[in-house]
Amino acid sequence: MHPALSIILFTTLSGLGFGLLAWLGTSSASPDVRPAATIGAFVLASAGLVASTFHLGHPERAWRALSQWRSSWLSREGVMAMLTLGTVMAWWLSGFSQWLGALLALFALSTVYTTAMIYAQMRSVRQWETALTPAVFLLLALAGGGLLFLFAAATNSGAGVGMGSIVLILIVAAWIVKFAWWRRADGDIEISATRSATGLGIGGEVRLFESPHTGTNYLLREMGFRVGRKHARTLRRIAVFAGGVVPAAGVILALAFDELALFVLAPAIVVHLLGVLAERWLFFAEARHAVMSYYAGAARA
Amino acid sequence: MTALPKKTAQKLGLVIDLDTCVGCHACVVSCKEWNTGGYPAPLSDEDAYGAEPVGAWLNRVHSFEVTAPDAAARIVHFPKSCLHCDNAPCVTVCPTGSSYKREEDGIVLVDEDLCIGCGLCAWACPYGAREMDPVDGVMKKCTLCVDRIYNDNLAEEDREPACVRACPTRARHFGDLNDPDSAVSKLVADRGGYDLMPEQGTKPVNQYLPPRPRDADSTRTPRLDPIDGDATPDGILGWLDRALERLG
Repeated sequence: MHPALSIILFTTLSGLGFGLLAWLGTSSASPDVRPAATIGAFVLASAGLVASTFHLGHPERAWRALSQWRSSWLSREGVMAMLTLGTVMAWWLSGFSQWLGALLALFALSTVYTTAMIYAQMRSVRQWETALTPAVFLLLALAGGGLLFLFAAATNSGAGVGMGSIVLILIVAAWIVKFAWWRRADGDIEISATRSATGLGIGGEVRLFESPHTGTNYLLREMGFRVGRKHARTLRRIAVFAGGVVPAAGVILALAFDELALFVLAPAIVVHLLGVLAERWLFFAEARHAVMSYYAGAARA
Repeated sequence: MTALPKKTAQKLGLVIDLDTCVGCHACVVSCKEWNTGGYPAPLSDEDAYGAEPVGAWLNRVHSFEVTAPDAAARIVHFPKSCLHCDNAPCVTVCPTGSSYKREEDGIVLVDEDLCIGCGLCAWACPYGAREMDPVDGVMKKCTLCVDRIYNDNLAEEDREPACVRACPTRARHFGDLNDPDSAVSKLVADRGGYDLMPEQGTKPVNQYLPPRPRDADSTRTPRLDPIDGDATPDGILGWLDRALERLG
């Protein structure tokens, strides 16, 4: 699948923002930094939303996407994002009430879940169609949001060892689940092959003899993306190192040396973001779409 | 509404005969021609007369080489357009309600005034039936020529999809697949019509008829028996025949 920059930025940034909102909503630590952190999370989440409209053919009609929440995960995502951002304001105005905070956390995580379900519902891309997909999205959002939360708390009195340990566990859990996701994706999952796509070649071979078009087309541009697959292994290592190893080490150092916390967590957050961007890029670039079986064996596909 | 109807009164669709298709692409060109000129917006191209033209097409013909283990390879031309699935995944993913399946005849359409061009429906379709219009930024797909089949301004024989009308080998058939007595339903029953990618659970309406098996001997021309070998001709040939008989 074509890894559109706008979608990668959207899922990564809004994941971070909604993850941080979940932490802020449920934690009573460091009330002094709450306003600033809330603004930060709000900006991240809405920046992601704005980025997501860049790939639309008609961004001015984006509001229409809120209408079909009964059937469409993309619509549900839009509705949940709006509800969450609205709840942030209500929470702020209520003087950070505890139950509104809990509601905010629930909404924020639901938004991340709906984002992941857009991909996880898709049978045309079998690598995505698994409960592991929302698990990865949620854990990475919580881990990234947790890192930001630790950083915000460190500007004041710190979040404490308990919070730090939870973030550490979440980072490790996120990458364990991602490993399981990769294992499944690399394994023998049933992908619609040319034989079932055409219904031809019972007991024989089917290959594309002549492409239906001499140039490229929308399908090949969107679904036939192959560039970078040869670097997939390297990129996976980079993703795990930057998204998992470095931030985990950062959290451990921050827990061990209180006075270093800010200086360790800041770069850890940036490196984690880069790691998640690499993970998200691979999520799209490595995905194989069923339609490509109609182009199987062709030089262009 | 992007919820799918529980059932549709008719299931209008195509039956495509892979045995008779010769891969001439007349249906492809005819489709493009009709849909770029009629309702709704044109079916655009980019760099149409340049070195690398790209555009939206609603019908494409792939050509496959099929090699069975004990037979010679054969070419099968394979036209592919929207299958107007009963369980259309492209419809339910649409966030705006611009994609819908009609309750009366089962045709899957896009309301181009509502489409935001997010492309999710094209991702959801395993068949590659939807293509984004590069100029309009909205999704385009086969309408089953909804502006022809009900069009009273056209002569009756023209009230069928442009691709069906154009096919010189009658490899494309149009009709109601919900009616077991319709010509298309009978064709499917007779020839063993099948679904594409049944494992996707899309329940496509369009059906494909498999290429007929070829005899192992089909490369040899069968010997024809002489017609009327023993009959006696009359006229001058009869006279010649009798004369030669006497001489022999």
